[in-house]
Amino acid sequence: MFEVLSNEILAPNLHKMVLLAPRVARARRAGQFVIVRSDRGEERIPLTIGNADPVGGTISLYVLAIGASTRKIVSIPAGGFIRDVAGPLGKPTHLGDWERVVCVGGGVGTAVLFPLVKALATTRSRVTTIIGGRSSQFVILAEELAALSETLLITTEDGSRGRKGFVTTELAELIADPLRTPQAVFAIGPVPMMRAIAELTRPYGIETIVSLNPIMIDGTGMCGGCRVMVGGKAMFACVDGPEFNGHLVDFALLMDRLTTYREQEAALLHAATECTLTREIPDDK
Amino acid sequence: MTNNLTPKERLAINRVLMPELDPETRSHSFAEVNRGLDYGQAVQEANRCLQCKQRPCVAGCPVSVSIPEFISALAAENLAGAAGILQHDNALPAVCGRVCPQEVQCEARCVRGVKGRPVGIGYLERFVADWAMANAAALQREPLPVTTGKKVVVIGCGPAGLTAAGELARKGHQVTIFEALHDTGGVLRYGIPEFRLPKNIIDVEVARLLELGVVIECNVIVGKTLTLKELSAQFAAVFIANGAGLPMMLDIPGENLKGVYSANEFLTRVNLMEAGRTPLSSTPIIKGHAVAVIGGGNTAMDCVRVARRLGAERAIILYRRSEAEMPARAEEIRHAKEEGIEFIMLTAPVEILSAGEGWVSSLRCQRMELGEPDESGRRKPMAVAGSEYDLPVDVVVNAVGTGANPLLTATAPELKLNRWGNIVSDENGLTSVAGIFAGGDIVRGGATVILAMGDGKKAAAAIHAYLSAGSS
Ligand SMILES: Cc1cc2nc3c(=O)[nH]c(=O)nc-3n(C[C@H](O)[C@H](O)[C@H](O)COP(=O)(O)OP(=O)(O)OC[C@H]3O[C@@H](n4cnc5c(N)ncnc54)[C@H](O)[C@@H]3O)c2cc1C
Ligand SMILES: Cc1cc2nc3c(=O)[nH]c(=O)nc-3n(C[C@H](O)[C@H](O)[C@H](O)COP(=O)(O)OP(=O)(O)OC[C@H]3O[C@@H](n4cnc5c(N)ncnc54)[C@H](O)[C@@H]3O)c2cc1C
Ligand code: SF4
Ligand code: SF4
Ligand code: FES
Repeated sequence: MFEVLSNEILAPNLHKMVLLAPRVARARRAGQFVIVRSDRGEERIPLTIGNADPVGGTISLYVLAIGASTRKIVSIPAGGFIRDVAGPLGKPTHLGDWERVVCVGGGVGTAVLFPLVKALATTRSRVTTIIGGRSSQFVILAEELAALSETLLITTEDGSRGRKGFVTTELAELIADPLRTPQAVFAIGPVPMMRAIAELTRPYGIETIVSLNPIMIDGTGMCGGCRVMVGGKAMFACVDGPEFNGHLVDFALLMDRLTTYREQEAALLHAATECTLTREIPDDK
Repeated sequence: MTNNLTPKERLAINRVLMPELDPETRSHSFAEVNRGLDYGQAVQEANRCLQCKQRPCVAGCPVSVSIPEFISALAAENLAGAAGILQHDNALPAVCGRVCPQEVQCEARCVRGVKGRPVGIGYLERFVADWAMANAAALQREPLPVTTGKKVVVIGCGPAGLTAAGELARKGHQVTIFEALHDTGGVLRYGIPEFRLPKNIIDVEVARLLELGVVIECNVIVGKTLTLKELSAQFAAVFIANGAGLPMMLDIPGENLKGVYSANEFLTRVNLMEAGRTPLSSTPIIKGHAVAVIGGGNTAMDCVRVARRLGAERAIILYRRSEAEMPARAEEIRHAKEEGIEFIMLTAPVEILSAGEGWVSSLRCQRMELGEPDESGRRKPMAVAGSEYDLPVDVVVNAVGTGANPLLTATAPELKLNRWGNIVSDENGLTSVAGIFAGGDIVRGGATVILAMGDGKKAAAAIHAYLSAGSS
């Protein structure tokens, strides 16, 4: 059992949860994740370790409640317990000796990006961070990221905060400016965003690292469910990743595999949302 | 029932038939297929044993269970005595009685099998073990050992780890098991389905270990959460029993289509996460109307029978050799056939095809014929040119085997590995590093429960000797 020390809402459906998990906190490095199972009978859900305090023994998770399982996780209040937290899993981020780096985060990817920017801040690299969201209320961690980056750029689709448009527009401008062209780009967010960024950087040969989010079960390389194709080779994202060279990833396959359980997920979400009084008693036969 | 039967009278008794759920019922249910013998049947079957002086059956058992002795106690209706003998030799008799491939081990050597059918050793082992579980209160409680103060860590909570932990705890050592998953049992829990091995058996065994003072911590992945180095520093000895949890890929086109599973993923979803078994289990699974399972071992049989129980109208085993070469237990093959499983032999998959939107629609198959024996002694399958055809299926499960998972070993370069990534150890389980022992599938590759347990037992004895030597 892992105690939830705090649970705050950062943006609609986005929670920051701090858990007591001393061993994970001690072993964890930037880029790694945990697998969380909120209670008996629940799904195993991968979540990036946003931050860790090895001394206090805590880790923070940024959870976007998009489906039945993530909703159950964020509904556990401070003082409550999460049944299972296993990790840290995956390979830590490899930090190169780059002069200029751009970190791009979209949606909950911004939270996943946060530990990375923090790690980069300790290197000689000059970091520009670009974060985006649908509208201002979906822009998260702006102050924290601004403090860690040389420059923070914000875009929103409706223009309610920062520049109107997409993160790719900002990135394209940076690349076009010889004084600001990065040697490396980290892109973490929805698959279409990562793919767009990989396509944007490809002609320039800029090293582009993406963090993949396939469906996982064990997170230890045991089931192969998280397989992704990278450079024509099957890789297990939980042990070989989750970060990969964005120019080699088969994004179409990843996106397609993420739809495997769409029907079941919709049914579960429906059941979780609906008033229990109106819900049909499941037929047990 | 009298116990003073003449050999002739014993020979006249026919082998008992295991009561089974009928095939129609069990095709829709995860309830255990073999219901277990009743008291009278068990005693009668025990009376078939000739109490051979040579004990050939014992030589067939990898852990040398005192077979005639426990059977004799059972025939004399001394169940507590029979249970005591069994438990001394075998830490998990309720498991082995159910899943050992008896037909190639103990029962293969039984003299009664020469003319007729061998004694149902597995059935009897299960009967006695189940009796002991049901009557635990009536049995003498194990005395708690005097503690030695020595700390031992066991990595992995499968049969090898459970056995070693029990043996070491009984010697008074303070044992901690670290398990990567959120539950105990290893393959016994996530691999072998409920209809062959009810999970309460693992729960009872685990409870017994806890009573002995063993500490079990789940969600600890050695190599990630803690390193082997840290463990070596904190514990006087280490036993590595992390199994063979790495799926081998088919390496054919279409393997990434939706509806293609590794056996590990398919079984873990259903067994460990209960996908498809309760109306609102939060872990999903694609059930499939026509499911092809590739492979011929126990894993393949388990997958195909699970698929059947999830509702597949066609559940098919595709195996590249013939039925005679299938490594699965004979009983599983028979049960599968009774449940309407189709067996397509001498056939290999060449490609998985999709009719659109990334979903599996069929499996392109190729017929094989058997050539000369290969390294494994089995005749090597060879493709028949021009024999391809398409089998319409919507789910494909790859059960061709597993290898050593490098997660732990990759972080411990000091451990010597063989070319397949298995840990190299001597006959007592000692690895290339002093104080670190290993056993079970991580050493042998995919083997059996009883071999894993035997390794656990031997390693525990070696660890005990190692710790005792250290203290004198
Ligand atoms: C290595 C890794 C790290 C991750 N880190 C975080 C994190 O820090 N914070 C966070 O909120 N989420 C993170 N995720 C994603 C998170 O695991 C999924 O959002 C979660 O599994 C969805 O479960 P659910 O039952 O709530 O939603 P579901 O009902 O399963 O899904 C709801 C919707 O989300 C889509 N979806 C399903 N799985 C994923 C997925 N893995 N990624 C994206 N969309 C998905 C579905 O297609 C569906 O449309 C991470 C995933 C991985 C693999
Ligand atoms: C589907 C299936 C059916 C089978 N049927 C039969 C049968 O009928 N009869 C038979 O005799 N054999 C059968 N077998 C084989 C048998 O189950 C195995 O040989 C046996 O379980 C091996 O035991 P083990 O203790 O070595 O490993 P496992 O049972 O694999 O247990 C290893 C444990 O270690 C854990 N672990 C792995 N890595 C780490 C880590 N880094 N840190 C901590 N923990 C870790 C795993 O999660 C697991 O719980 C079957 C196997 C399968 C897959
Ligand atoms: S442990 Fe297995 S092989 Fe040994 S006697 Fe029991 S059933 Fe037979
Ligand atoms: S070989 Fe068969 S008959 Fe002889 S002792 Fe063993 S079980 Fe009994
Ligand atoms: S999640 Fe099972 S292998 Fe990656």
